[in-house]
Amino acid sequence: MAEAVFHVFRGDAAGGELKEFRVPVEEGMVVLDAMHWIQGHAQPDLAVRWNCKAAKCGSCSAEVNGKPQLMCKTRLAHLDLSKPIVVKPVKAFPLVKDLVTDVKWNYEVNRKIPAFKPKEGADWRYTQEEADRVQEFRKCIECFLCQNVCHVLRDHHQHDRFGGPRFFVRVAGLEMHPLDDGDRTALLKNELAIGMCNITKCCTEVCPESIRITDNAIIPLKERVVDRYYDPVLAIMRKILGKS
Amino acid sequence: MAEHETHEFDVVVIGAGGAGLRAAIEASAQGAKTALVCKSLLGKAHTVMAEGGIAAALAHVDAQDNWQTHFKDTMKGGQMLSNWRMAQLHAQEAPERVRELERWGAVFDRTPDGRILQRPFGGHTYRRLAHVGDRTGLELIRTLQDRGVHQGIAVFMECTVTRLLKDGDRVTGAFAYWRENGRFVVFKAKATVLATGGVGKAFKITSNSWEYTGDGHALAYEAGNELLDMEFVQFHPTGMVWPPGVMGILVTEGVRAEGGILRNSKGERFMWKYLPENKRAEFAKNEDEAKEWLADHIGGGTPDFNKRPPELSTRDNVARAIYTEVKEGRGSPHGGVFLDIAYLPAEHVKKKLPSMYHQFKDLADVDITREPMEVGPTTHYIMGGMYVEPDTGAGNLPGLFGAGEVTAGVNGSNRLGGNSLSDLIVFGCRAGAGAAAYAKQAPAPVVHDDPIERAGRELLAPFEGKGEDPYALQRELQEAMQSLVGIYREEKDMLKALEKIQELKGRLATVRVDGSRMYNPGWHLSWDLRNMLLCAEAITRSALDRKESRGGHSRLDFPKMDPGHAKHNTRLRKAGETMAIDRKPLPEMPAELKALFEEKK
Repeated sequence: MAEAVFHVFRGDAAGGELKEFRVPVEEGMVVLDAMHWIQGHAQPDLAVRWNCKAAKCGSCSAEVNGKPQLMCKTRLAHLDLSKPIVVKPVKAFPLVKDLVTDVKWNYEVNRKIPAFKPKEGADWRYTQEEADRVQEFRKCIECFLCQNVCHVLRDHHQHDRFGGPRFFVRVAGLEMHPLDDGDRTALLKNELAIGMCNITKCCTEVCPESIRITDNAIIPLKERVVDRYYDPVLAIMRKILGKS
Repeated sequence: MAEHETHEFDVVVIGAGGAGLRAAIEASAQGAKTALVCKSLLGKAHTVMAEGGIAAALAHVDAQDNWQTHFKDTMKGGQMLSNWRMAQLHAQEAPERVRELERWGAVFDRTPDGRILQRPFGGHTYRRLAHVGDRTGLELIRTLQDRGVHQGIAVFMECTVTRLLKDGDRVTGAFAYWRENGRFVVFKAKATVLATGGVGKAFKITSNSWEYTGDGHALAYEAGNELLDMEFVQFHPTGMVWPPGVMGILVTEGVRAEGGILRNSKGERFMWKYLPENKRAEFAKNEDEAKEWLADHIGGGTPDFNKRPPELSTRDNVARAIYTEVKEGRGSPHGGVFLDIAYLPAEHVKKKLPSMYHQFKDLADVDITREPMEVGPTTHYIMGGMYVEPDTGAGNLPGLFGAGEVTAGVNGSNRLGGNSLSDLIVFGCRAGAGAAAYAKQAPAPVVHDDPIERAGRELLAPFEGKGEDPYALQRELQEAMQSLVGIYREEKDMLKALEKIQELKGRLATVRVDGSRMYNPGWHLSWDLRNMLLCAEAITRSALDRKESRGGHSRLDFPKMDPGHAKHNTRLRKAGETMAIDRKPLPEMPAELKALFEEKK
């Protein structure tokens, strides 16, 4: 039986190294299968976070040959098996152990976002076209790969100032809901600091759900912030009316 | 004593899928100080994989629908073994629970006049399933998650409960460990709600995630609660069969609801052969009638309900049909049958079944808009579980509650597709309210040192073990359950399975794990295996006792339904180290509900 060679990170916050494993290859196999094979036949304490193995839960994010992706969707057939396949944990979050990182920060950001607030007296009728716009954002499976590749988080570590693409998508899903009456523009500008995003579209590229994060969520939300806070005519009006 | 941290709450909910989240939201809304404890990260529970929809008689697309019809469909789908009261509450309250999800921000697909759209599904007389393409579970869990985070619920993620703690008969909390570092946690709770889902991981081919190891079933049983109907395991007719790594992954019933046709290797549309005689009138007589039905359904018209395609028979029946076709040599190249939706316009398929399209394209190199899928049965759901009181979700023990797949009752011997998500929100809400009400009048919870000490010791024992590693044992259990207690069962196989389970229990006693207590999956499995073995034994013993075929339970040695088994649930109780089994009479259905079954259509 054909074999693939894996170099898998093993270690914790104190340090670690890549360990080599030879894994038998089956047709249709994905990287997560290989990690399970290692657990089941070589090192039962290899830490891997996963749930569904069907690209629906977004738990098994890792960096395979340097590319952030879901291990359950990464087929061995699409990798060059003549070289070792390097599997490392995602970089933007603190390491717990092996391939598992601490993603709790994301849940803290989520809590800052005010819930859906339906319009008073809403008749709960809207069209499929209106639903489509929001459903794109609601497809998000919270794999946090977009957070992982965002330069503001990955390279500049602005976790305490910046919300990240996942939560711009979440806000977009609320703000563009046809019946939502909330206003999250100040939140976007201040607590989530959407202005720090310089639209390099890295988030969009890695999204396993193909959500057009930059074009459909971030840019329209940036426009809302600009309209509210940086429109020169409105700024003068605000001065005259004394509103901040 | 085992070193641990302690937390005290009014209500502790174990499990954060749809039922657990809904229970926690309700308990907290009723003023109870509430904790939600889950094995995985929040939002990753098995509910996230539910695809086809939520059954609720909203009557948006078929105005004739009502709770009475939903109730009847559920009872008939479960071959009259459901708890009538649960089936009634479920049918009555599902519409309001769905509308509530919408008010909390869920965005369902729409009808042309802008309301929640509903699709047809197996065993449902009318088009009844509110849905979001084929990712309804994600919508449900995210909506509840986003609602819950603003309610002050304390969430303990990646925290696994291994024992319920008791004060006399009363359940007063739970013992758990953190996945991240293996440290122990004691929860003191006035009321505890189990919402831990099912046990598919005891089988080799399953649509279930790693979490589905029957934890709540085992916790309830060990604490002294009854388990009912454990013989009824649902094998979903359509899982992926190829490639090997994805075997078992769910292919939503939505494919058949949207027009998917099942064919064998000879190209025959075989489901007509397998329709039960007394149901035949409810389905299309031939291809032309089925085509008419589909054209009406897709075109937004009102199809004639007696022209439904035969693929929309109940899951137990379709699963047996596929199994039989394969066994008799008419299977597809990889041991399944063909499911074809490629004859419909590609854009329609992608719009209605987006995640199926991607699943097959990404994982199997199959473009479902151009070629048929290969599908076969996969272990999907367990109808049986802990006994709960229908109105409040209360178990047999004071302080213990349950909701969702871990409970028995609403589904009888076979669950209709779409009835799971509605079960979660209807009975999640009820159990949350029941637990909060109980907690209001309950004295402060007391936990005792000895059981905590024991729970810590037993959990750490595998680090001192000299035997095998747990993965090897799990593989053997899965093989045994799959081949000996699967879709078709017979006594000699099941006796073999029992022997195997006993043997594995013995080997588990000396199981060995390496490494530290930090995020150690081998160690976690060593405990989960106990729960799986317990459930495997419960399933097998119950299946042996039911000497007939009914719903999800099919016996080769007793192929017919037996009226002698029509009036009882199979009940298991812990009696020392043995599993005591008896037959618990079904509660009598009141006359006004019985009358529903006598009315003419």
